[in-house]
Amino acid sequence: MSVLHIVNKSPFDRNSLDSCLRLARPGSAILLIEDGIYAVRDNSAAADRMRQALENHPVYALQPDLQARGVGEENMLDGITLVDYDGFVKLTTEYDKLQSWL
Amino acid sequence: MATKKFLYVNRKPPHGSIYALESLEVVLIGAAFEQDVTLAFIDDGVYQLLQKQDSSAIATKNFAPTFRALGDYDVNKIYVERESLEMRGLGKDDLMPLTWEDEDDDWAEKDSIHIVSSAELAEIIEQQDVLLNF
Amino acid sequence: MKFSILINEGPYTHQASDSAYHFTEAALRAGHEIVRVFFYHDGVYNGTRLSVPPQDDRNVSERWSALGQEHSLELILCVAAAQRRGMLDEDEARRAGKDSNNIAPGFEISGLGQLVDAGIQADRLIVFGD
Repeated sequence: MSVLHIVNKSPFDRNSLDSCLRLARPGSAILLIEDGIYAVRDNSAAADRMRQALENHPVYALQPDLQARGVGEENMLDGITLVDYDGFVKLTTEYDKLQSWL
Repeated sequence: MATKKFLYVNRKPPHGSIYALESLEVVLIGAAFEQDVTLAFIDDGVYQLLQKQDSSAIATKNFAPTFRALGDYDVNKIYVERESLEMRGLGKDDLMPLTWEDEDDDWAEKDSIHIVSSAELAEIIEQQDVLLNF
Repeated sequence: MKFSILINEGPYTHQASDSAYHFTEAALRAGHEIVRVFFYHDGVYNGTRLSVPPQDDRNVSERWSALGQEHSLELILCVAAAQRRGMLDEDEARRAGKDSNNIAPGFEISGLGQLVDAGIQADRLIVFGD
């Protein structure tokens, strides 16, 4: 069992995603929620970092937060799995440590 | 009562917001629960440990000296991420010297602060039971 | 599985309390136990009974009170954080010589030890904040 890293900040505003990626060991998972979901787009300045992250981590994003922000799935990076709140809870049972990058 | 490994993850600077001070308050209260406590300072959190803090001119609470008391509370595993220090042009000498007395080693005074790499800190995070993020 | 929830921000300014609420609801729906919801920093403002949001908006405090009542949740406001911010129950108000109190039904004021205890008792502790 490992860590579920939860990122709730836009990668264009704060360093939460970068710090998460620096300190997340391979195999730990990353969940993007709230403003963290802005990292999902495949052509943004964060896309290369995210592609690299996807090689070492399962990456999830909270669908209700995408929907609320008008961020569509059509430009989403390949490999990111969308979850709803039920899926969010399930992830927190599958990983035994929860690290929120506030 | 079961003993768990608690890691307090501090990523915010002091004085600009209250997170650092209120995090330290949890650490002090938590010490009474006799859990295995570790503190991590990452990103702007490293600024909490700077020497020579003096908030008298802005009249906020000067809580930096409280860190020096942590050793007396058996809180002596304080990990500071080297990459965060370097990014900010800081080194160990910029930080308060925090020490504790080792009862099992004839009360020898030892450093509480350990500067560790991102990789080492990542491993420390994996070893915990409970992460408290401030 | 047993969960504890830590909320570090107040209602409305940040999404933290909303996210925590939806998470807590989903956890209960999945049959998990919530050991405690602990409100810290500005999170203590979630426990006010005096907020009057517009009719077409959610009432964050009332929603927590209702969920708390339905599932017998412990909704704990940190006493030190609450006193600093003027969140007082009847006892605290009397003790501090204040003329009013403002805690919503179902919320309780208690010590920071309850947060550490929440971490000890639960299988998972999750933090929502900014």
